[in-house]
Amino acid sequence: MSALNQYIDLYVTARDLIDAGSAPVINARRAEAFECLQKAALPRKGSEDYEQTDLEALLAPDFGINLGRKPLEIDPSRTFSCRVPSMSTALFFLMGDTFASTDRSYNGLPEGVIVSSLAAAAVKHPELVKKYYGALANTENPLVALNNLLCQDGFFLYVPKGVKVEKPLQLVNILRHETPMMAIRRLLIVLEEGAEAKLLCCDHTQNSDTDFLNLQTIEIFAAPGARFDFYDLEESSARTTRLSSLYLTQGRGSNVLLDGITLFNGNTRNEYRTTFTEPDAELHLLGMGIEDDTRRLDNYTLIRHDAPHCHSNELMKYVVEDAATGAFSGRIYVAPGAVKTEAYQSNRNMVTSEGARMYSKPQLEIYNDDVKCSHGTAVGQMDEKQLFYMQQRGLSLPVAHTLLKQAFMADVIDAVRLTPLRDRLRMLVDMRFASDNSEHDCAACASSIPEQDA
Amino acid sequence: MLSVKDLHATIDGKEILRGINLDVRAGEVHAIMGPNGSGKSTLSMVLAGNPAYEVTHGEATFAGKNLLEMTPDVRSHEGLFLGFQYPVEIPGVSMVNFMRAAINEKRKYLGEEPISATDFLKLMREKRAIVDLDSKLASRSVNEGFSGGEKKRNEIFQMAMLEPKLAILDETDSGLDVDALRIVAEGVNKLRTPENATIVITHYQRLLDYIKPQIIHVLYKGRIIKTAGPELALEIEERGFDHIIKEAENEGKL
Repeated sequence: MSALNQYIDLYVTARDLIDAGSAPVINARRAEAFECLQKAALPRKGSEDYEQTDLEALLAPDFGINLGRKPLEIDPSRTFSCRVPSMSTALFFLMGDTFASTDRSYNGLPEGVIVSSLAAAAVKHPELVKKYYGALANTENPLVALNNLLCQDGFFLYVPKGVKVEKPLQLVNILRHETPMMAIRRLLIVLEEGAEAKLLCCDHTQNSDTDFLNLQTIEIFAAPGARFDFYDLEESSARTTRLSSLYLTQGRGSNVLLDGITLFNGNTRNEYRTTFTEPDAELHLLGMGIEDDTRRLDNYTLIRHDAPHCHSNELMKYVVEDAATGAFSGRIYVAPGAVKTEAYQSNRNMVTSEGARMYSKPQLEIYNDDVKCSHGTAVGQMDEKQLFYMQQRGLSLPVAHTLLKQAFMADVIDAVRLTPLRDRLRMLVDMRFASDNSEHDCAACASSIPEQDA
Repeated sequence: MLSVKDLHATIDGKEILRGINLDVRAGEVHAIMGPNGSGKSTLSMVLAGNPAYEVTHGEATFAGKNLLEMTPDVRSHEGLFLGFQYPVEIPGVSMVNFMRAAINEKRKYLGEEPISATDFLKLMREKRAIVDLDSKLASRSVNEGFSGGEKKRNEIFQMAMLEPKLAILDETDSGLDVDALRIVAEGVNKLRTPENATIVITHYQRLLDYIKPQIIHVLYKGRIIKTAGPELALEIEERGFDHIIKEAENEGKL
């Protein structure tokens, strides 16, 4: 019996409760999802695009879901006491899958910008949310269908035409519960023509001895000329499973940066499905995974060049240690009419022990001959010559190893377009590699996030 | 300071050093010369402890301690420095961080506190001046994008930072134009004291015009076949190695 059944059964029995805790626009999508899921089977581990991820196993446990929308006992202001002097953000929270903000969250945000609970926005601006909600995320993807079926709330960002949000937005996602818990998150992000924004998402799990599942779907609409940076930083726990499906569509001349940083995790699958629908747009897709112990990270990317004159640049790097597993499957599709496409993909990996595994599958699918495309993948160990050189100058092997691992991630960090975040990320990565203690401790690594306007 | 007795070493099972004997005392400058493939670089790698090489026989003591038992970083802490023939590029590791780590690892070994940020920057500035190394290079990644000459100057800069007892300079002259050669050689000379020693490995006389060794060795097929004073270098410059090799053959040294 498929793990899906328990969710289908849950929906059948708790439908009214689910609807009551959400908004009509969101509820309207459930019937279609229900139909899809009844017909669907979860892709088996080992099948195309799911070589290393066993969705059946990951969805099988019986997680609690906060369908009754009970307030969770999380005090974000107490947890996030760390400050980065040079970085000030407009700070928002998802506790489990419930949106929260503080008095200061909205300080300095331009008029017309909406940052809110998705359910609240769906009530207040039903036409707006209806236009975009579920318009991009495809229910043929069972993870999306499941999200549509059960999702009650999430995060909504709307930036009107021509508005530039200078201050970076920050969404801190917190998992904390005494018993196994599932968060069904939805992020809906809309940038109208010429709009600009930057969003930093940080995933935290506060109790490391409980199982969590984060099932999230992200939809991003970048209208012509929009510019958007999305940094998605995971610092969860070894017992957290994250199944994230991101969808992006880009209009003419838009410029988007997606950066998935997996610093601490348990079992993660990130999907990035992006489409250029109009010419002259640009996408930078970056990713970094630091996997040790028995952590697993599987990044799947599909970049569709459906329009001519677009440029995509993809760089994914992993350091895989101990008995950890890394997987990368990256596909670039260039449509017949998408002439003058430039698409570059690079996946480079450092595997430091015999028990560690890295699986890489770069794919280019090109249907016209007027393109510049390249892809490359490399899996290797640390360079013996570099190590000896460093040792000769007096560095012990562990110190030399740490420096080389930090150095390996330098170009992914350098690609971050937000200077304070770049500095902070460099520090976090340095600390991640330098720490002897692989058990993540939020307080110790100062991984938490700057307060705004302190 | 350094005493090597009947040292044999192999790489990938192939014997490259076949009985090296060498004594270096404080205050001395030695030159090791010899044709290509004679084992000069291997000797420097073995003394520095490169794990790619295996010592199969013989002994080496450094400042009274068994050198061969030490890991490469401990040899460095004890005061052995190897100037690489081909300095390694380490993209993503800045020279500043690299040198700070090197200095602090040594201080830790000696039971000292880490260097303060101010003292470290002062030290960097001071030592950079010895080889006229641009401050921009010091802030870049280790050797990345450095020209041949800059890499060699960077080696001497690191030597100045670490103040070794014994510096082994492996073909520090290769790939240098006359001006760079002078700067590097002058740097080495500035660092000479009665307490430290230098081994210069080279093909050519020209470096020895600047760095004047007292003792010259000729290495051939993994053995030192001749040891003499500075006049030997001039003789090699004029007549090459062939007659020395023949001489050694006649004496039954090969």
